Amino acid sequence: MGVFSVFKRIGFPGGVHPDEQKISNNLPIRPLPMPRRLYLPLQQHIGSPAEPVIALGARVLRGQLLARPGSGLSAPIHAPTSGRIIAIEPFTAPHPSGLPIDTIILEPDGHDEPCDVVLPIDPMALEPEVIAAKVGEAGIVGMGGAAFPAAVKLNLGAGRPIHTLIINGGECEPYLTCDDRLMRERPETVLEGIRLMQRAIGAWRVLIAIEANKPQAIAAIEAAAIPFTGVQVVKVPTRYPMGSEKQMIQALLGLEVPAGKLGADIGVIVHNVATAHAVQQALRHGRPLTSRIVTVSGGAIAKPANLEVPLGTLASELVAFCGGFKREPTRLLLGGPMMGHALHHLDVPIVKGSNGLLALSAEEVGHESSERPCIRCSRCVEACPLGLLPLEMAARVRSGDMDGAADYGLGDCISCGSCSYTCPADIPLTHYFNYAKGELVRRRQEKAKSEETRALAQARQARMERLAAEKKAKAAQRKAEREAKRKAEREGEKSA
Amino acid sequence: MMPIASPHTHAPASVRRVMLEVLLALLPATAFAVYQFGWPALYLLIITSAFALFGEALSLRLAGRPVGSSLNDGSALLTAWLLALSLPPWAPWWIGAIGGLFAIVVGKQVFGGIGQNIFNPAMLARVALLISFPLEMTLWTPPQPLFSATAPGPIDALAITFGGGAAMIDAISGASLLGHVKTELGRGLELGAALQGQPITDSLYGTARGSLGEGSAPLLLIGGIYLIARGIIGWAIPLAVIAGALLPALLLNLIDPEHYLGPLHHLFSGALLLSAFFIATDPVGSPATPRGRILFGAGIGLLIYIIRTWGGFPEGAAFAVLLMNSATPLIDHYLRPRIYGRERGGEPLDYSQGRRAARLERIRRGDK
Amino acid sequence: MIAIAVLTVMGLLLGTLLGLAAKRFKVESDPLVEKVDALLPGTNCGQCGMPGCPAAAEAIASGEAPITICPPGGRSLAEELAALLGVELDLSAMKEDEGPLLARIDESKCIGCIKCFAECPTDAIVGAAKQIHVVMERACTGCKKCVDVCPTMCISMRSPETSLREWRWPMPATTELSREAA
Repeated sequence: MGVFSVFKRIGFPGGVHPDEQKISNNLPIRPLPMPRRLYLPLQQHIGSPAEPVIALGARVLRGQLLARPGSGLSAPIHAPTSGRIIAIEPFTAPHPSGLPIDTIILEPDGHDEPCDVVLPIDPMALEPEVIAAKVGEAGIVGMGGAAFPAAVKLNLGAGRPIHTLIINGGECEPYLTCDDRLMRERPETVLEGIRLMQRAIGAWRVLIAIEANKPQAIAAIEAAAIPFTGVQVVKVPTRYPMGSEKQMIQALLGLEVPAGKLGADIGVIVHNVATAHAVQQALRHGRPLTSRIVTVSGGAIAKPANLEVPLGTLASELVAFCGGFKREPTRLLLGGPMMGHALHHLDVPIVKGSNGLLALSAEEVGHESSERPCIRCSRCVEACPLGLLPLEMAARVRSGDMDGAADYGLGDCISCGSCSYTCPADIPLTHYFNYAKGELVRRRQEKAKSEETRALAQARQARMERLAAEKKAKAAQRKAEREAKRKAEREGEKSA
Repeated sequence: MMPIASPHTHAPASVRRVMLEVLLALLPATAFAVYQFGWPALYLLIITSAFALFGEALSLRLAGRPVGSSLNDGSALLTAWLLALSLPPWAPWWIGAIGGLFAIVVGKQVFGGIGQNIFNPAMLARVALLISFPLEMTLWTPPQPLFSATAPGPIDALAITFGGGAAMIDAISGASLLGHVKTELGRGLELGAALQGQPITDSLYGTARGSLGEGSAPLLLIGGIYLIARGIIGWAIPLAVIAGALLPALLLNLIDPEHYLGPLHHLFSGALLLSAFFIATDPVGSPATPRGRILFGAGIGLLIYIIRTWGGFPEGAAFAVLLMNSATPLIDHYLRPRIYGRERGGEPLDYSQGRRAARLERIRRGDK
Repeated sequence: MIAIAVLTVMGLLLGTLLGLAAKRFKVESDPLVEKVDALLPGTNCGQCGMPGCPAAAEAIASGEAPITICPPGGRSLAEELAALLGVELDLSAMKEDEGPLLARIDESKCIGCIKCFAECPTDAIVGAAKQIHVVMERACTGCKKCVDVCPTMCISMRSPETSLREWRWPMPATTELSREAA
């Protein structure tokens, strides 16, 4: 059992076990045919939006850079296929607000002509910094849903000794099977990507965590990992939110990421299996991140599937390919049912972080009765993997006491949704916390602005007073001069 | 357009379901108690429930709130049921009526309705009744199982419940075991003598004098374990209540067996089991924090023991629950759980020194 | 009889003690006005009807003016004042909070008269004589002073556009039942 014999139980406190619904786990990954148009939002990652480097109407080749990273934390965007740029304009973003965001619209020409790439002879021989840089250039972001630029997380090793790289194959969200399929179908590719990341980070130990409900994936990855010492597959209990970074570190190593710090601060970095696959594709084949595997599922989908989808494909194309709806969907989701975004319609592009497209029927969404009074049953307390008291936080948010909610640990909430999931009174706890977090940010910003304008107003007042004083001084001076002149004249007259 | 927040799926749980599960768990013990005490007990149960539901509907209507959805969530019925179980089985109808109304209107709706009542409404009503009508509330009739020779029939029972049967009740009623023991000890007798003719098996099986819900220990236990297994209640409160009462009982009984009742008598007599599994676990008035629940339960258990042993009343479950209800906000405030990545005090964990640093170093090196 | 005597004596004693304490620990000046003034925008825009922010602060601290009096401060200022003064915040007394408003200059009508930026209390308008003026959003408090002085009526107030980056989750729509329970 290796390092784990010291840890009696692999797990974390709290959490929930929603109906797994892995209905698509035996369906092989199929490529989705190239759609008529691709919609590539300039922001598909955490950080600042990418900046377009191509002109309107330009012809681009597959893998060509379309937008370079913006300032600070950001990631570039590449062309999934060859074609023409027909517009760069606002388009509905895959985001709960349904607001538009600047988007590059690419019309494929059907030739899928690649641009030239220079491949390293042996990517495993590359220096760690070079690997990280190439991952950044390939536009790879965390593909488990968070979409944090991956290169940044590979560079965290610099200055901080990293002992363990955890590969997250948990896939704890119900329905989603894209990581499961990836591990089952392409274990060697995934393993090579993992080892490249291990080299970039400098960790001596790699733990690949896979939930117990994916025995074939565990077997496939274990077989592929045999040649590599230091790479170990760990079967973890099927419990949501196992795939959350903090919970995974706690479950595997018994360590907790200190509040306000990163996993890297205690020597642990977590990456998703799909990210490992993308890293391998970028370094071995020079393919930037332009496609991903998406699970299309849910009770309303006629034929669920695991599809390899060019980024920028509209969700409606995926649904059409899967035979449309077999019944009226109650909710359309990008991502899993616990943390995914509800879509207002299907004309929304698949982006780097989209691991699933779900169409859920009314029964699957569960009873949608309206919020009732809290009976303090504290199921939310038991479900919270962070040890928070969601009922107390929500009560404070509801009465507008954001500081009180913050005092109860609002800032530590990871919005995993476990509390809302269990609440028998149907209180939308997670929604309250989303609102409260935004409200705290808004208040901070407003306060900063009011302080700024106050300073400006004071500066202006001071300037006005100074000007007035100057004016007065000048007037006084002029008066004095006049007086002096008159006096002199008078004296002149006298002397004359 | 209002954005829809995650999660987009929900556990099959609702307030109504929780209440119905508790009622279901109470059913075996209640059915047995009704069998033991016959028709008057059944009438009392029905009257208490009817008045509680009426009180709920009336209050909601006066407050201008939707009556239907709140009424059928089962919470008022559960309150009424728990109250009825804590009453003398042959109590007159107006005890049940006043109790049911008081529990819901004063104990629950005045505080703001479901979820807002600091005190357990059933226990609040029981205490109010006990103080207002001490005579009626302490007339304990011996069990007269349904269809047995001495049991009143459905018509005779009407007389008992609706008046006119007072003589009959007086003739047969006596003290409950705990009351009897208290009186006898007060007279200077020793326990051995006081417990003459009061076999503990009567208390165990629920064939002793007492309120409806003091009934059968095994049936209450089955109901409680069912609730724990179904995840409706946690194990912490019931266990803490029982331990809180039995540990001091064991200790004092060992020291002075002639003046202090043993743990088994305490466990099977009175309302200890009913309180542990069904009353103390009422979520509204109990703490939400894991450690708080243990303290809360232990406090109830200990108070029950103290009141039984040294207090003015033979049984103190209702007082104990109410007292600890009032301590709940304080308990919750001081016993907040530790947040992930933080110390109990809220400071971020520090892995740079002490035991934590050593542990991190072990993991860093991969030591066993 | 004894009980009454004891209670009377106790009442007298405590009353005297309280009176003494009130004298002994008397607060000389009113620091509340300063605290309120520190929260106000300080732009003296006059939208509240008072001659300026210090006057408004005095009125608010003494309870003569409601805490919802300051339009540029909006809801967040009202909330802060409520917390500072320990009073209940009645948002219904507030005009429907349209959120922050910003001035915008219609460039086709601006004649570059510099009247507006002479008026602006936060120097949020930039430009020069005979040049089109522009409002810097970061510095604009939405006080509407510029609107009144513009000779060509080219300044209008509008709410800032929400972009995806500034979007925040709204409060969940609550039901009658839960609102009352709150």
